[in-house]
Amino acid sequence: MSTLSRDEVAKLAALARIEMTESELVELSSQFGTILDAVARVQELNLDGVKATSHPQPLENIARPDVVQASLSPADALSGAPAQEDQRFRVPQILGEE
Amino acid sequence: MIFKTAVEMADALAKKEVSSVELTQSHLDRIAAVDGDVKAFLHVDSEGALAQAAAVDGDRAAGKKVSPLAGIPLALKDVLAQKGVPTTAGSKILQGWKPPYDSTVVSKLKDAGVVILGKTNMDEFAMGSSTENSGYGPTFNPWDLTRTPGGSSGGSAAAVSAFEAPLAIGSDTGGSIRQPAALTGIVGVRPTYGAVSRYGLIAYSSSLDQAGPFGRTVLDTAMLHEVMAGYDSHDATSINAPVPAVVAAAKSGDVKGMKIGVIKQLQGEGYQKGVQTRFTESLDLLASLGAEIVEVDCPSFEFALAAYYLIAPSECSSNLARFDAMRYGLRTGDEGGASAEAVMAATRDAGFGREVKRRIIIGTYALSSGYYDAYYGSAQKIRTLIIQDYAKAFAAADVLVSPTAPTTAYKIGEKVDDPMAMYLGDVATIPVNLAGICGMSLPAGLADEDNLPVGFQIMAPAMQDQRLYQAGAALEAALSSKWGGTLITKAPALAGGTR
Amino acid sequence: MALNYDEVVAKYNPVLGLEVHVELNTESKMFCSCSTIFGAEPNTQTCPVCLALPGALPVVNEKAIESSIKIGLALNCSIAPYSRFARKNYFYPDMPKNFQISQYDEPICFDGFVDVEIDTEEGPKQFRIEIERVHMEEDTGKSLHVGGATGRIHGADYSLLDYNRAGIPLVEIVTKIVPGTGKYAPEVAKAYVAELRDILRGLGVSDVKMEQGSLRCDANVSLMLKDATELGTRSETKNVNSLRSVERAIRGEMLRHAEILENGGKVKQETRHFQEDTGLTRSGRSKEQAEDYRYFPDPDLVPVKPDAAWIETLRAQLPERPSIRRKRLQEQWAVPDKEFAAMVNADVLDIVEETVLLGADPTKARTWWLGEVSRIANDKGVAIQELAITPAHVAELIKLVASGELTDKLARQVVEGVVAGEGTPSEVVAKRGIKVVNDDGALMAAIEKVCAAQADTAEKVRGGHLPAAGALIGAVMKETAGQADAAKVRELLLKYLGQ
Ligand SMILES: [Mg+2]
Ligand SMILES: [Zn+2]
Repeated sequence: MSTLSRDEVAKLAALARIEMTESELVELSSQFGTILDAVARVQELNLDGVKATSHPQPLENIARPDVVQASLSPADALSGAPAQEDQRFRVPQILGEE
Repeated sequence: MIFKTAVEMADALAKKEVSSVELTQSHLDRIAAVDGDVKAFLHVDSEGALAQAAAVDGDRAAGKKVSPLAGIPLALKDVLAQKGVPTTAGSKILQGWKPPYDSTVVSKLKDAGVVILGKTNMDEFAMGSSTENSGYGPTFNPWDLTRTPGGSSGGSAAAVSAFEAPLAIGSDTGGSIRQPAALTGIVGVRPTYGAVSRYGLIAYSSSLDQAGPFGRTVLDTAMLHEVMAGYDSHDATSINAPVPAVVAAAKSGDVKGMKIGVIKQLQGEGYQKGVQTRFTESLDLLASLGAEIVEVDCPSFEFALAAYYLIAPSECSSNLARFDAMRYGLRTGDEGGASAEAVMAATRDAGFGREVKRRIIIGTYALSSGYYDAYYGSAQKIRTLIIQDYAKAFAAADVLVSPTAPTTAYKIGEKVDDPMAMYLGDVATIPVNLAGICGMSLPAGLADEDNLPVGFQIMAPAMQDQRLYQAGAALEAALSSKWGGTLITKAPALAGGTR
Repeated sequence: MALNYDEVVAKYNPVLGLEVHVELNTESKMFCSCSTIFGAEPNTQTCPVCLALPGALPVVNEKAIESSIKIGLALNCSIAPYSRFARKNYFYPDMPKNFQISQYDEPICFDGFVDVEIDTEEGPKQFRIEIERVHMEEDTGKSLHVGGATGRIHGADYSLLDYNRAGIPLVEIVTKIVPGTGKYAPEVAKAYVAELRDILRGLGVSDVKMEQGSLRCDANVSLMLKDATELGTRSETKNVNSLRSVERAIRGEMLRHAEILENGGKVKQETRHFQEDTGLTRSGRSKEQAEDYRYFPDPDLVPVKPDAAWIETLRAQLPERPSIRRKRLQEQWAVPDKEFAAMVNADVLDIVEETVLLGADPTKARTWWLGEVSRIANDKGVAIQELAITPAHVAELIKLVASGELTDKLARQVVEGVVAGEGTPSEVVAKRGIKVVNDDGALMAAIEKVCAAQADTAEKVRGGHLPAAGALIGAVMKETAGQADAAKVRELLLKYLGQ
């Protein structure tokens, strides 16, 4: 049976930027065994030489002409903003690298 | 009037026996009367609906040519962006968000003069099969208010089933139109991938999502299908080809000489007895109408569920990254000098429900370095095998059939803590999504053991959606004459409703 | 202990790797139709797509694909018959979707090279820089950090985001590792970026303005002992915003690495930031965990499969290659090798060509730019292109000298004025009242005065010893404050002394 430890779930949660409580981490880790067992079935078949399909329709070279069309008004663009200032989206201090 | 079909309503509007404002108001009244029990709607836009209805009435009075569905009310799944109207995808993280733009589907509805009554409940971001995963509480099945209407488009299916709207729009990523249609005794179609624009459809799994119509009859559903489908340059995966002639097919309804393939893997073990019985009866009816029934083998379907529950979570883990408290939607934890990173994480914790988090984490895992090939990569290869199975099956049959869902509607809360049990309910619908083809569910009757609706699924190759309607209309006609009316006319009356 | 540069290159071999990001100059963005014009009011060039509103979908800009293919062809690359877009997943507030659409294992162009020539002690030497790949991606928004002492991200209270730049088409050009440059590593890197810039400018696909960020270079540097076989640990320096900085950053990193290694330390693999003021690099904030970008093919976009005819059409549009152009210009202008190399080194080729195209004599144009103007730029520590003086100014200046309205000496004063922003050469002449003394009377007065003062010398000239005239001419020029035309003075002087 597959498992995903509490620490592995915590690492994934950090990658997915979701803060999780200890109990959530433990609960998810306990559920993942069953789910991973089920999805791991994709590995049962010999898939050598089988091509991967990521698009259900065989479309290619779909592009648009390089033509400018109207943008949103700044008021519309910012209409959903949790905070704004000087026609910009105001966000908390950013920790990431410069 | 609300108990009529959309086609009958359109006829009455054309003959000016009723105005769109009257028709819209009677649906708003019905919603007011029954939706407290059904909870199909998250938001009812009475003002907008009546304004649209009045505009259509005005056009008609002025003698302008209007489209066939002009003035007909419709319920819209909350997954589609509608300018200025709250759009949440069933999630707390989007509570109160009003899009500054219309999805292409909504633009097409508006152009056709369709009256949008409001936004319907759904599993959060379409992740679920019971509408219990909504951030705003469950929707209840009009056939039995203790049961789920299925999902994720449970609100739309329940609205049509409860006569709150003659038509509705849902979206189908793994069965989210067909399964709730089956569980609420109505017709639902998932069109070919790329046939309906995804622009403005809040993405769950981009390569599987497709919006589609609900109706109480095959013809009603076809009318809506024709309005909402068609090429859109804003969606790079949109197919640039004419919309299949689904209305004409629904009107013909002839299956003489049609080859109908029964998929060996999608019946028998795991399917409720009453479901299986109604399915077999429907097959016999189709045979009696002149169709040729053949059995087809699709061995890789056994792995479809596993492939789906890797591909959809993988894509969703990326699609839902944009909900980060920076530009729109919920923001929590922004105090005491908290960083943007901390606010993102706190907001995503508070705003997403359990199932959404579960799928994001699974998807993050499946795409992470070292696991990609084993999980996501293998799933995409399984997808190739499923497409090949379908190609072989469609070489032997014009359409393929199966029960839509293995069981009838289950009790609210019954499977909510057991994700795997819930996932198994999608086993018959998922292959269609993985292959990007089209499928329909229509009522096959009530299961003997619980008197709840059973769905009959028809599948057709990509851009052959008219075959669904042709076979569906034939079966519907045969069943209706047997029952003395469509199945929905047998639905129990709701408190507050007159039926 | 620290080694000096000569000691470093005597002991270690530097290995380079250069990643250049180029903003394409398309009219509209990479995946939406918003304008790309630089410097617009904040958030006026945004839409559902580039703000990553729920439901929005990307569609590729065809011109961006064409520009990328042209770049690949100009860099001697193979063009992939099949390439795809992938999602690079990571959270950052300036990136609305929280993934960047980029290309991963299937870039549009691969395996090319660029030859650069630099001046060495042994004469001009050619280096081949091999190109690993050229791929398409999109730019991020811009953040303004508010509060804190420095206006930098660290210590800021909060940030303000403008998404006008989000989604501008970017092309990333990545070299293979570049070994074998020895002590010339900094010059080779600079020459490579300059060559790249010239190629891109020639193609007309980008504004290539390093100071505006439309061309940005990340420099990877590592050192290995002369007899070592394994590569050393590299650092990646970002924010290198001028050609001069490329050279300085690499030299600085070589010295820094050597110092660490000499002290028995280990170079950390990390991102560093170049600081224009000190010429040093500073360590970026280290991340708590290694990034895992979870690349996967973007399901919203379809493969790019350029056919041979399309590629050949684009190839036919390619302009003259810079190396060929240089040969042509050197011949046309009849410039000796050494002087031509000096022009290339000083990066004045374009500017001289523009001046010549405005009618100036090639030798004079070269002399002005490479001489007086370069000297001023050096004194100010800025690039020649940043000075206020333009090819039109220099062409005008040359004309004024040729017509005798200015002397060379006066013209230098005019250059000063133009650089100081006093206007065109004619305007400076007028404002400063500069003019050649052509009045014979005034000149004769000065000549008489000088000849009287230096009677012995005058006598020598009168006696036929012409070389002695030089001293007298110089004195007359001094007497007239440089405003006299030296040729005229000579003519009058010799006549006065009977020669
Ligand atoms: Mg990049
Ligand atoms: Zn845009």
